Amino acid sequence: MADMITMDLVSPEKLLLSDEFEMVVLPGAEGDFGVLAGHSPITSSLRPGVISIYEGDKEKERIFVNGGFAEVSNDKLTVLAEEAVYVADLDQANLEQRIQNAREDEEDAKDDETRRRAAENRDHLQQLLDAMN
Amino acid sequence: MANLKELKNRIGSVKSTQKITKAMKMVAAAKLRHAEEAANAARPYAERMDSMMASLASGMAGRDDAPKLLSGTGSDQRHLIIAATGERGLCGGFNNSIAKAVSQRVDKLIASGKEVKILCVGKKGRDALKRKYGHLIIDLVDLSGSKRIGFSDALPIAHRVLGMFDAGEFDVCTIFYAKFVSVMTQEVQGQQIIPAPVTENATTETSDVVYEYEPDEEEILAELLPRNLSVQIFRALLENSASEQGARMSAMENATRNAGEMIDKLTLQYNRERQAAITSELIEIISGAEAL
Repeated sequence: MADMITMDLVSPEKLLLSDEFEMVVLPGAEGDFGVLAGHSPITSSLRPGVISIYEGDKEKERIFVNGGFAEVSNDKLTVLAEEAVYVADLDQANLEQRIQNAREDEEDAKDDETRRRAAENRDHLQQLLDAMN
Repeated sequence: MANLKELKNRIGSVKSTQKITKAMKMVAAAKLRHAEEAANAARPYAERMDSMMASLASGMAGRDDAPKLLSGTGSDQRHLIIAATGERGLCGGFNNSIAKAVSQRVDKLIASGKEVKILCVGKKGRDALKRKYGHLIIDLVDLSGSKRIGFSDALPIAHRVLGMFDAGEFDVCTIFYAKFVSVMTQEVQGQQIIPAPVTENATTETSDVVYEYEPDEEEILAELLPRNLSVQIFRALLENSASEQGARMSAMENATRNAGEMIDKLTLQYNRERQAAITSELIEIISGAEAL
């Protein structure tokens, strides 16, 4: 049995998940990165995207997070996410609603920075929607 | 005889009041359990956020380019006070003690020549503060629509506060709420949330680990601070809802007990009166018979 990494996924309202996994791939702000046991300590912000949990070579679980933070220390991975949903539980209507919201954010944005963020968010949601179909 | 009837009505009404207070106590107890669960469930997130904040902030403290949310605007002239209270009364001194703490702070700040603005969360607080500080209250956040406090209730408040801060409308923000200690005790607290206070003790244990940061410390911190603010507000709201239910529970328990005592007293009086009426009737009959 390979070494395992403990992952805690917490949202402001509750602890969503706490378990041991072989590998977790996180949507880091500067690109996806995988975390295995023995990873060096790192703190990273996350962009909205999908956390993939691998068991062996197979993808076991996919969780959508709406941005957040990840911290690795002492073989423990902590993900702070304001919102997290299992991809299996996401439906198309919900995603389309989110895309719609992001589009409105983009239109309402007052400065370039927020507009850029909203656009990024919308792109990403669109990718997610495409990935589902 | 009218007196007897009156007493009986009175006993009846006290009894139905007692039923209501008893029911309210039980409802408050059930809600308190939920509120405590919610507060406990929210703890891991807040704790981890704290430790992350502490390890990042200790590196940034004292630097000129530190974010304003952390280092402040360099002045403490204008204050924003968030008064978080309940939406309903009948919960003992809960709303009043928060309002009192707020008004003490406001008086102190005004006396030292600061500008103060008040943002009320929960309408009971506004009702209590309106008369004295009506011109300082900028808005009321009404939470009566949401049955259980969720993170989605805290977010708009945080966004609003951040928007005001970015627009330079205040320098220091403090939130007043009642911290839940036990059913009997709730402590009113004034917690400063902007500039973010850095907890000293948390830094010592994390400082020996060298972290990599992605993208880099400043950017993470810039993202972390606004989120931390919403978490702090959320935590305050949760503590507040647990305190409110606790206060209501003990207030209603007292009311139920008082109603019980009153019923006992009234029943005793009723029985005495009834006895007296019977005795006087008997005396009338006997003396009537003797006269014949």
